[in-house]
Amino acid sequence: MRYLPAALTVLILSTAHAVGADERGNPAAEARAFRSYFVKKFPNVKLEDFVNGPYALNQDMRRQWEEKEQFPPYEFSLEAGKELFVKTFANGKHYADCFPNGGIGIRQTYPQFDKKSGKVVTLELALNQCREANGEAALSYTGDEMAALTAYMAFTSRGKPFDISIPDDPRALAAYENGKRYFYARRGQLNFSCATCHVQNPGERLRAEVLAPALGILNAMPIYRSEWGGMGTISRRFVTCNGQVRAVPLEPQSEEYRDLEYFLSYVSNGLPISGPGARP
Amino acid sequence: MASSIRIRAIARDGRTEVQTLIQHPMDSGFIKNDKGEFIPAHYIRELTFEHNGRLVFLADWGTAVSKDPYVKFAFQGGNKGDELKVGWIDNKGETDTTTVKIQ
Amino acid sequence: MRTLLRASKRLMLLVALLMASAAALAASREADFKRAYAAAQAAEKQAGSLRNQWTVTETSLAEARRAASRGDFERAIAAAREAEALAKASIYQATHEEEAWKDLEIR
Repeated sequence: MRYLPAALTVLILSTAHAVGADERGNPAAEARAFRSYFVKKFPNVKLEDFVNGPYALNQDMRRQWEEKEQFPPYEFSLEAGKELFVKTFANGKHYADCFPNGGIGIRQTYPQFDKKSGKVVTLELALNQCREANGEAALSYTGDEMAALTAYMAFTSRGKPFDISIPDDPRALAAYENGKRYFYARRGQLNFSCATCHVQNPGERLRAEVLAPALGILNAMPIYRSEWGGMGTISRRFVTCNGQVRAVPLEPQSEEYRDLEYFLSYVSNGLPISGPGARP
Repeated sequence: MASSIRIRAIARDGRTEVQTLIQHPMDSGFIKNDKGEFIPAHYIRELTFEHNGRLVFLADWGTAVSKDPYVKFAFQGGNKGDELKVGWIDNKGETDTTTVKIQ
Repeated sequence: MRTLLRASKRLMLLVALLMASAAALAASREADFKRAYAAAQAAEKQAGSLRNQWTVTETSLAEARRAASRGDFERAIAAAREAEALAKASIYQATHEEEAWKDLEIR
């Protein structure tokens, strides 16, 4: 049923205390506040366990997940990702030539702010930039290949803490702020923001799903979703989340999405990479 | 070509516990592709596990089983070093089989 | 005899008038639809420039187009008006959220 009021009624809920004058425009302080919000909300959850999303908050789901991790459903995609990663381009080069340390164990440093282009570069974007620089066609950001590649790269970084930096550049700070704004702004006919589900209601059910906390939410990406029957990228998840609240999704890797990934990764600094993950 | 079957069998206290992950599309025949055409049904019909030539597990599957199925079961008997053979046949007549030593 | 002829002539005149006005009504309904659809499209375009379109707006627009193509202008106008209302709500949401997002912010 499409309900359309003459004027939108927006539920405004304020959280925590009023901001101190020195906290505004201070991402490090904001990240600390972000972390302590979730730690206070879930005192029995170990900090590094937040990266396991709903499994950190629901015992029954955790049991099923731990059992499946002995024979994880993402194994096939992970193997495919490794094969894709080592494959030679037509010009004889490899993905390893585009990244420090040959692309192994570096996933936790993405997204990065690129001073030359003045924009946030995510891992997915970096992979396609690598392809195009070497005469290869770009991969779909929501397809299986990009998912397999990022799954392999995440796997090589498993256990390493997120290490995102915001350089002393007003454009980088603006990107972080833009991502933050996108995260908290309501959208779609359902008038939900990312925060509505992942800040106000983690651990609660949305239909049959248990909502994950925003803290550590990208650490497990990309994820094998049972719902998808396969591995899906961060881009795919952002697009589907938008659709679920009845907002027309933006283009994968558009500025808002990259800035959103920048913000969410930064506030999860210090938490370990757990990808590729498995989710219902 | 790599096998579609991942399997691990562990013998413990007179029982053998088996876990299997099989790579198979398990298309139901009800899903449409991007062009609006039905993807034809393609699913495993029969899955068998044999220990020392004796059938210990038989599954008759259909379209209700999801993609890349995971099976876990246990049977009485089995010793470390014994061979466990697993095989499947699908509705197109395609098959795969593999043999593993019980751990 | 003459009265009968006059009556039938009047009847024919009446029928002709009715048919003409029905055609005019249909044409005017189509014009109404085109106006309503254009308004809805313009609002959705504005929502697009704000990067805040709703999927349901697009669905309503599509329904309006479908109804119009089969001549059901009443349904088409209703769907177009609904699309315009949805698009305007999404514009309101975008402009309101320019500041309102801060209310949800963890600090």
